[in-house]
Amino acid sequence: MPDRASTATASPDIEDLLRQLAPQVLAALARRNGQFDACEDAVQEALLAASQQWPEAGVPDNPRGWLITVASRRLLDQLRGDAARQRRETAAIALMPPEAWQVPAPDAVEVAEHEDDALTLLFMCCHPSLSPASQLALTLRAVGGLTTAQIGAAFFVPEATMAQRISRAKATIKAAGARFELPPDTERADRLRVVLHVLYLIFNEGYTASSGDDLQRPELAAEAIRITRDVHRRLPGDAEVAGLLALMLLTDARRAARTRPDGSLVPLAEQDRSRWDPAAIREGVDLITATLPLGMIGPYQLQAAIAAIHDEAATAEDTDWPQILSLYRLLGQMSPNPMITLNHAVAAAMVNGPEAGLLMLASLETDERIAQHHRLEAVRGHLLEMAGDIEAARAAYRLAARRTTSLPERRYLEGKAARLAT
Amino acid sequence: MKYVLLIHSDMALWEQLPKEEADRVIGNHYKLMDELKASGEMIRVDGLSNERTFIEFRDGSPAVTDGPFGEVKEQLAGVFAVDVDSFERAKEIAGPISEYGVVEIRQLMEDAGTEM
Repeated sequence: MPDRASTATASPDIEDLLRQLAPQVLAALARRNGQFDACEDAVQEALLAASQQWPEAGVPDNPRGWLITVASRRLLDQLRGDAARQRRETAAIALMPPEAWQVPAPDAVEVAEHEDDALTLLFMCCHPSLSPASQLALTLRAVGGLTTAQIGAAFFVPEATMAQRISRAKATIKAAGARFELPPDTERADRLRVVLHVLYLIFNEGYTASSGDDLQRPELAAEAIRITRDVHRRLPGDAEVAGLLALMLLTDARRAARTRPDGSLVPLAEQDRSRWDPAAIREGVDLITATLPLGMIGPYQLQAAIAAIHDEAATAEDTDWPQILSLYRLLGQMSPNPMITLNHAVAAAMVNGPEAGLLMLASLETDERIAQHHRLEAVRGHLLEMAGDIEAARAAYRLAARRTTSLPERRYLEGKAARLAT
Repeated sequence: MKYVLLIHSDMALWEQLPKEEADRVIGNHYKLMDELKASGEMIRVDGLSNERTFIEFRDGSPAVTDGPFGEVKEQLAGVFAVDVDSFERAKEIAGPISEYGVVEIRQLMEDAGTEM
């Protein structure tokens, strides 16, 4: 199937409209028909048709209805084709649900958007039978409305690879027997955690991208924020959804300051804070301030609270490290993991001196999840430098530089080691 | 995570293989390629021709040389580039293509990073 991005001449306005409508159209079809994989294909074809026809013919009065009509017809063609094959092979046509045969008239397709559609679609794309990579890809296509080519470009894999990954993901969901409906109440909380984790991963993919020549990836951060904002609007009472949105806003607010024009990384303490985005900080701070008192504290809220303290400090020296330290203590109790211990150690060093931090690192050396990780050595280098042990600090930075798989991090760590040598 | 799997083949050994055995090994390569395509893990696969040319800086300018490697048994014969969920999976993929040689697994560097 040709891809919208590779064939489209559509204007940015039309592309935005299509991306906004894509999940609504898919949800409307999937809710009626039930076959998520077939519906997703049909919607992609309808989007492609729109991106080819609308620039010349103009945007229809009811674009959503137009897309639903075209997608329904494509779906019907597909089901008829499948059915004909089945009839020839097994005469199993009786298994077709009757409603799958009904094509709506173009003026009868104003299918009301169900309140739960957007969430149901997200739960579907983040189905636990999928690997995180597949959950990301499917979410970006079905919920984000990105084309396969755009997603492939964002993850640096060929379009064919991404197309196959998405089609495999849909087949996996189908084989797992997933239905287009909200998960039962007993599973809802666990499934929502998976959705939030996928959104967090999408955000991180975009946020950690170096600026400069690659414009695809930062868009992922914006997309993650857009989807999380939508989830927050639909589940305003869920404190962790609010916490995740606040965390994204407060982190993304620093984007412009975190890299230099050549793509090299600027550590938090050295960032030009006048380049932080005050509107995003305001929104993030307001959100986390309103959420924490609800008393349903979770890891995203704690991380957002920590980000807020950093963002509200006028200078690095003004950072309220004692408060950050107590938040890391809570976070470590709530969701113990070695990455949090690393950050905890930095906060401990800022409050109680580098020795306190180094002592905490010692506990990680036998933890196989992180013992060989470059970040352990990077933090050790930082704390040793604070302690004035220049020789050991340099060795730790060098080891970290050898271990990282990130080019900007390697440049940064090599730079640290080199500066200590002089 | 993206990895390249560098297939270093023992050329002398390879050239002496009976046709059926060589066909079986090549068949395994194609089977693996089909599997990686179907799973959406394949980035690309390349086979390399046998002739090697080395360019090295000599006296401040590039020159064609005999290369730094001398006569070694193994020669780079092919490259698989894959995008997989784990290092364990990369090792699993390397298995069937490691016959009559050795596969070197290297992770690709990313152009993304977090501030320290």
